[in-house]
Amino acid sequence: MNPFRRSPYVIAAAVLVYVFLYAPIVGLILYSFNASKANVTFEGFIPAYSEHVVMDGSLVKSSPCGPFHWYCELAKNNDVAEAAGNTLTIAFVATIISTIIGTMAAISLQRYNFRLKPFSQLSLYIPIVIPEIVMGIGILTLFSQVFGWLNDFLNLTGNARLSLGIVTVTVSHIAFMVPFVALVVQARLQGFDKSFEEAAMDLGANEWITFKRVTFPMILPGVLSGALLAFTLSLDDFVITFFTNGPGSTTLPIYVYGLLRRIITPQVNALSTVWILVVFLAVLTLQILQNREQKAHP
Amino acid sequence: MASEFAVEMRDVVKRFITPEGSEMAAVDHVTMRIRNGEFFSMLGSSGCGKTTSLRMIAGFEWPTEGEVYIEGQAMGHTPPFQRKVNTVFQSYALFQHMTVFQNVAFGLEMEGASKAEIDKRVGHALEMVQLTGMGRRKPKQLSGGQQQRVALARALVKTPDVLLLDEPLGALDLKLRKEMQLELKALQVQLGITFIYVTHDQEEALTMSDRIAVMSRGKVQQMGTPVEVYERPSNKFVADFIGESNFFEGKIKSLSKNEASVFVPGLNAEVTGMPISEGLVKGEEVVVCIRPEKIRVTEKTARAEGLFHGRVSNTVYIGADTHVFVDVHGTQFKVWEQNRISRLDPKSFYVVGQEVSLMLMPENTLVLKKD
Repeated sequence: MNPFRRSPYVIAAAVLVYVFLYAPIVGLILYSFNASKANVTFEGFIPAYSEHVVMDGSLVKSSPCGPFHWYCELAKNNDVAEAAGNTLTIAFVATIISTIIGTMAAISLQRYNFRLKPFSQLSLYIPIVIPEIVMGIGILTLFSQVFGWLNDFLNLTGNARLSLGIVTVTVSHIAFMVPFVALVVQARLQGFDKSFEEAAMDLGANEWITFKRVTFPMILPGVLSGALLAFTLSLDDFVITFFTNGPGSTTLPIYVYGLLRRIITPQVNALSTVWILVVFLAVLTLQILQNREQKAHP
Repeated sequence: MASEFAVEMRDVVKRFITPEGSEMAAVDHVTMRIRNGEFFSMLGSSGCGKTTSLRMIAGFEWPTEGEVYIEGQAMGHTPPFQRKVNTVFQSYALFQHMTVFQNVAFGLEMEGASKAEIDKRVGHALEMVQLTGMGRRKPKQLSGGQQQRVALARALVKTPDVLLLDEPLGALDLKLRKEMQLELKALQVQLGITFIYVTHDQEEALTMSDRIAVMSRGKVQQMGTPVEVYERPSNKFVADFIGESNFFEGKIKSLSKNEASVFVPGLNAEVTGMPISEGLVKGEEVVVCIRPEKIRVTEKTARAEGLFHGRVSNTVYIGADTHVFVDVHGTQFKVWEQNRISRLDPKSFYVVGQEVSLMLMPENTLVLKKD
């Protein structure tokens, strides 16, 4: 028997936690169906379908998409499509590269003893604890300075001039994602018995084959969690992207921020809802895959 | 075979830097010559250097000084995957993401064997360890004993010159361990491969080995057959580590080639025994060692020659034997009496407080260096 009584306070606390966590999300989704363009108060669902959008002041009376009016508006919005494309491109590229670098860092820190090891370990934590805005400004300064020198030195003109854009955003994302990946993989390596690698070498595998056939498959779950974490961090990064993006490299968070500065239409909510759904499905898929993996290899 | 010796360690030293920053010699000037086809055990408690020695033979560690030879060839910094030795790990180190078949096939794949040959040899290896039909299971679906057999098959399928075993039976329960000991020994005889076996279990070493190296604090204390290390331990450490002993400190009164007379203050008597350790001199402080099963205990008799009289202070019945503890002038003797006669009350023979006589034979009494 559990000696702890089930206190009503504990249940109340749990309920409160869920309310605070999920009420804003539920509200956000609800408002994506708001009939009011102003989107300050909820004026009810858009009631009817019609061939054209019918407005009454700021209220949508009917629309070709009915209650899903704002989702249709969103679909017609090319800026959103472009921003989503940028976001996913940056996230994919940055995740792959930062996962490779972060995994290598974790393995080196686990396997080798070297003089600067404590320093290397600390240097992994620093980007995580520094305020993101500081890092953003730092990266911006670095890029502008270096680009300035290079442009002058190489006499670059016009379109050839180096400037902020999708590449600088990706590079800075890699920079802040590497420590996260490294720490997650390191946690996985903590319990890793080096006799697995020794056994592989004992059986005739050289270092590379040992890594490919034994080490990597065994730490793969850790590498995947690291990659997933990195991917989600990249998807919703605002601060660093804000400093390092340039024309044509607007990501979704930057785009939403831009929309908000003008008017909060339910389109933003529709966009957020789609976004939440995508992330939710991604996490769910991964969870299912992991569960299946666990059942296959108990 | 290129060399008479399968493995040779010549004056090998392995130093480690401890976490506190000081240097420690885990293996301290060890020389061992292990013959082809021999079942050789390294025996010692944890930290004695036995596992480090094995790891240097496997190639997981490199000697700080000295050299390891395999089949007469100096190994230097040869990596493990280029040595004709294979290891059975204490933790088995089976690849969890591979099936039993894939585990055993791994080493053959590395050799570039054909699929047909791999199938044949893996099948044969699994048959040898009685795991036919288990090939498609994952290691976690097997019992500890079965995993142990997979580890064995995985190493043996490579037909190494030397098989290194690092406490392979440590995780098994007693009964299974005893079965596996006999099986391992039978397998070694059948295959004719040199086995180098690391263990802290003296009984295991005595059961299986042709020769044993008893190790302590990085040094080999004695190397010899099981009979030699048990019956003629070269110093007090070995006598204490292998089996049980009665130890009495004393001083050599007279010494000849075959006999030493030692005055033991604790018994207030001279004890005659065989000088075993090398380089004993008259007047030296020594240790007299008598195995508990080699002392005869009788009801008190008057015949005094070579007898010690004492009082039974405790008896412990342990099935095959009864351990009788006898107090002689304040010095404790432990004596093991075999229970040759079935009786329900073993204490009916010797009871606490009873006066008894102990008979020590000079040929069972060993005179050893103090350390």
